[in-house]
Amino acid sequence: MSSRGDVRTYSGFRAITMLCLFVLYSPLIIVTIYSFNASRSITVWEGLSLQWYADVFWGPESGKFKQAAINSFTIALIAATMSTAIATSAATAIVRGGRFRLRTASLGLISLPLMVPEIVTAVATLIFFNSIGFTRGYLTILAAHIAFCIPFAYLPIQARMQGIEDTYEQAAQDLYATKAQAFRRVLLPMMMPGIIAGFLLAFIVSLDDFIITNFVKGAGVETLPTAIFGSVKQGIKPNIMAISTMLLVVSIAMVTISYIVGKKDNST
Amino acid sequence: MPDTRNAIDVRNAVKRYGSFTALQSITLSIRDNEFFTLLGPSGCGKTTLLRMIAGFEDVTEGEIFLFGEEIENLPPHQRPVNTVFQNYALFPHMTVEENVMFGLEMRGSSREAARQTAGKMLELVQLAQFSARKPSQLSGGQQQRVALARALAPQPKVLLLDEPLSALDLKLRQAMRSELKSIQRETGITFTFVTHDQEEALTMSDRIAVMSAGRLQQLGEARDIYERPVNRFVADFIGETNLLDARLEAVDASVATCRLANGLTLECDAIGSARSGADVHISIRPERMTLTAVNDDPWQGTVKENIFVGTDVQTIVQLQGDIALTVRTQNSAAGVATIFDPGTEVAITVEAGAARMLED
Repeated sequence: MSSRGDVRTYSGFRAITMLCLFVLYSPLIIVTIYSFNASRSITVWEGLSLQWYADVFWGPESGKFKQAAINSFTIALIAATMSTAIATSAATAIVRGGRFRLRTASLGLISLPLMVPEIVTAVATLIFFNSIGFTRGYLTILAAHIAFCIPFAYLPIQARMQGIEDTYEQAAQDLYATKAQAFRRVLLPMMMPGIIAGFLLAFIVSLDDFIITNFVKGAGVETLPTAIFGSVKQGIKPNIMAISTMLLVVSIAMVTISYIVGKKDNST
Repeated sequence: MPDTRNAIDVRNAVKRYGSFTALQSITLSIRDNEFFTLLGPSGCGKTTLLRMIAGFEDVTEGEIFLFGEEIENLPPHQRPVNTVFQNYALFPHMTVEENVMFGLEMRGSSREAARQTAGKMLELVQLAQFSARKPSQLSGGQQQRVALARALAPQPKVLLLDEPLSALDLKLRQAMRSELKSIQRETGITFTFVTHDQEEALTMSDRIAVMSAGRLQQLGEARDIYERPVNRFVADFIGETNLLDARLEAVDASVATCRLANGLTLECDAIGSARSGADVHISIRPERMTLTAVNDDPWQGTVKENIFVGTDVQTIVQLQGDIALTVRTQNSAAGVATIFDPGTEVAITVEAGAARMLED
């Protein structure tokens, strides 16, 4: 299969690939392995144990982590749902709205937040909440997450929608469906893989966010990333590795679901 | 007033996109129960006209009537016409049966009634055993028939077909032609068919509207359009023909005498308002001429080339005055006897009534 121009025949290809994979994955693998360490030390291996997982659920910090996890997952769920709904409406308008004025501008404005440094968004969001006198807490985190998740949810939905020819909606309308029925019965089910992908992406991005959350959260309200950061400041204990590993598993599960949904759609 | 017996009446319909005029004042009537074809090259406006009838394109000017009812301002879902799309546009997330049931349910049928009608429709197109499949699990020809069943199920007053056979291979296309025709007879629904394939149009249609450059060029029965084209475009687009420049020498009652550039004369039916001395064109179909051994007839030439095309042989004959004619001879025992080797001098006999005079 490998021909002369194949990148695999370049000298050093294997070494560079290995180096990249090592840099990318060795920290994750080490954290995962040491989360099962029986030692209190984070560097000395003393045998296999689930004690740090038990510590996360029942240890002295478990109350803090439990509350942070509840906050993180409820915020991620609501933020992903809301931003996906907004992104779906936006994609429908921009892809199907014909050529309206400022169409290109709308598209740019939706994707621009992806390019803005997150710290800038964080500071701006904080100043905004202060200036309108919105007390910082759970709701400010939620509002900020809904906003910054929109572009992440939007991109897969738009990509999916652009692949759907408008003859499907025309066929539905030709068969006596109103515009609303054509949207609900034909366009929406056909967009569903994109919507699910957008939702999962928004969910992970929200679950994982630290910078913006750290700026807009009030005193006493923590999400998992800010709670982990708070703990780490007092010294890294293996329970941090256990909780990080669990977050990693959730993310991998999300990505896998997203992949399967996309794959299943391609086969039909 | 529009005739309520006509399935479709298009009155002075104009379609403009900005400064571009896609349709220039089309007026035509489609009769109830007929297989009507809009025929023309791509970009002639035939699909635009079909989409205007379906409701996917606004009508810039003019009116469209469906059995006497004005419909050009109704949205597509309020028009009792259905379309078979060129790419079929079957809903990929629904089964074959659900696709066929869709229009019925949207019109308010109960699920049970819709399922029964869908079953009958799938039987009509011989796909009953595939009702639980997804469209992606069917071949192109089968998808085509599902699209047909889906569009026929709500019993539209007119069925619109937008080049539905163009994605099929030749054998399947030919089989579908006769199937479409027989389904049209069986259901009694008016079919309006769009195609750029003149053979398709000739074999299926009761009447054909030939379009070009946003205008209706000629409307009539297949034979009429083939035998009596009204202009060079129609003569050339439908079938093959020899187009020759000529001058109208004299008009005597219904017979017009035309002289070609090389001095030869031909007699045609007089049509239109052309007067003596006018520049006209002559169309002669290749199969309406025969070759014989050279005689004293002034219609003589030299055989340049014989092209074997299976059912017949095309002979290109060079006449004096730089005029080349294509003559078709049937590939039969009698026909082959009148084929001559290249270089041979031959005489050409033009059948009486075969030359058609065209004004433009």
